[in-house]
Amino acid sequence: MSSPLVNKLVALIRSTSSSLPQDVLKAIKSAARKERKGSSAAVVLKTILDNCAIARKRGMPLCQDTGTLTFFVDERLRRKVTPAVIRKAVALATEKGYLRKNTIDAVTGKSYDDNCAEGAPVLHYVSGSRESRGSRDSRPTVTLVMKGGGSENMSRQYSLPDAALGAGRDLAGVRMCVLDAVQKIQGYGCAPGILGVCIGGDRATGYEVAKEQLLRPLDERTDKIGQTEIVKLEKRLLKEANALGIGPMGLGGKTTLLGVKVAARTRVPASFFVTVAYMCWACRRRSLQI
Amino acid sequence: MKNLKYPFDEKSVRSLKAGDAVSITGRIYTGRDKFHKFFADGGKLPVDFRDGALYHCGPVVIRNQGSGISDQWRVVAAGPTTSVRENPYEPDFIAKSGVRLIIGKGGMDEKTLAAMKKHGCVYIQAVGGGGAIYADAVKKVAGVSLLKEFGAAEAVWHLDVVDFCGVVAMDAHGHSLFDKVRRNSKEALGNLI
Repeated sequence: MSSPLVNKLVALIRSTSSSLPQDVLKAIKSAARKERKGSSAAVVLKTILDNCAIARKRGMPLCQDTGTLTFFVDERLRRKVTPAVIRKAVALATEKGYLRKNTIDAVTGKSYDDNCAEGAPVLHYVSGSRESRGSRDSRPTVTLVMKGGGSENMSRQYSLPDAALGAGRDLAGVRMCVLDAVQKIQGYGCAPGILGVCIGGDRATGYEVAKEQLLRPLDERTDKIGQTEIVKLEKRLLKEANALGIGPMGLGGKTTLLGVKVAARTRVPASFFVTVAYMCWACRRRSLQI
Repeated sequence: MKNLKYPFDEKSVRSLKAGDAVSITGRIYTGRDKFHKFFADGGKLPVDFRDGALYHCGPVVIRNQGSGISDQWRVVAAGPTTSVRENPYEPDFIAKSGVRLIIGKGGMDEKTLAAMKKHGCVYIQAVGGGGAIYADAVKKVAGVSLLKEFGAAEAVWHLDVVDFCGVVAMDAHGHSLFDKVRRNSKEALGNLI
């Protein structure tokens, strides 16, 4: 018998794995309307939408790569939602087929069949101040993000200046890096994807902050961000990336990205990193209020 | 839509062109990173790939109660994984195994394209992330090889599929849809920056 809390977390894992958030689904539907009828792009987007409908109906994984599981737990829940409780839920969800056996020992190559090992699942206790994460409510939440390996493999980091690109240490240079990344990634990370970008920071925080941007809803109100430079850059990057013609799954088309989310962090004089975190269309994130 | 039925004969496979939509019915085998490394290290192929199909896929499979392998396993999600990681191994695999269809996502490199031309094999693009829709096409899990050695996500699953749909993205004439998109997007990027 598992506790009501474990059951709630299993339900969170199941719904995250089987249904996309509304904002992402809306963006895919809107993209499908824009592609030329009968084109590869239209066929791919229709397949994606059909796939999502089947997965949702069955409550089964919409993508077989159920990814790295990252839990963001409100600090106020530290004593309740313990690592042991999370692990129990993950093991149970794996047994039921809501998650793939997806955890491999990096040294021995052994598979951890319950998806629980040192550092897996990833668990962050976060303070209220960092709670732009999925929920607009003040009640404490657990947010789960599932990010597949194909998309994770496509994330990358640039160091400015970049001589090959001719990119300098300014926003124009940042723009070049991001567009170069989109062109290099093609459809590999399962386009149409979403970019999280961090300007500045050190190498580690660059990836962390870039990845955190993927938690922001695609349809969020831009006046909440407050930084007009960043908002302008996000809009421009989205438009230009989609003009590259890479399209869904890299077969050509108008929709290469569904969204671009940018944040900035301070840097030291010697370093200027531009970090791009790539998320596939199967952007699985959900929150549970406790 | 062109229908392909296992066994996939060389003549029909060579007649396919990049851009053709295809529907696959019959036996396919999954094989991904560990399988390719195993093969490259001299491991013996666990099944006969001659005139067969290799699917770059690590499915979600659950075990049902009952006797016999088909009763035991059920595929609940089975979309393609990224194929480029197998570039170093695939030309040799194509040459030695006699495989006719490689199914995956993202396409493969020039050496693989050349091997496909030489030996009569095509690359079929499935929609990445399409876990549920392709699981629907799997009617039966007929068996599994190397499960203990590789784990469920990397094992060689013997899947019987009906109307598994995809697009020929690399044909046996040296054409690749991906090359065209890559070239055009590079040019577009050059104009932007």
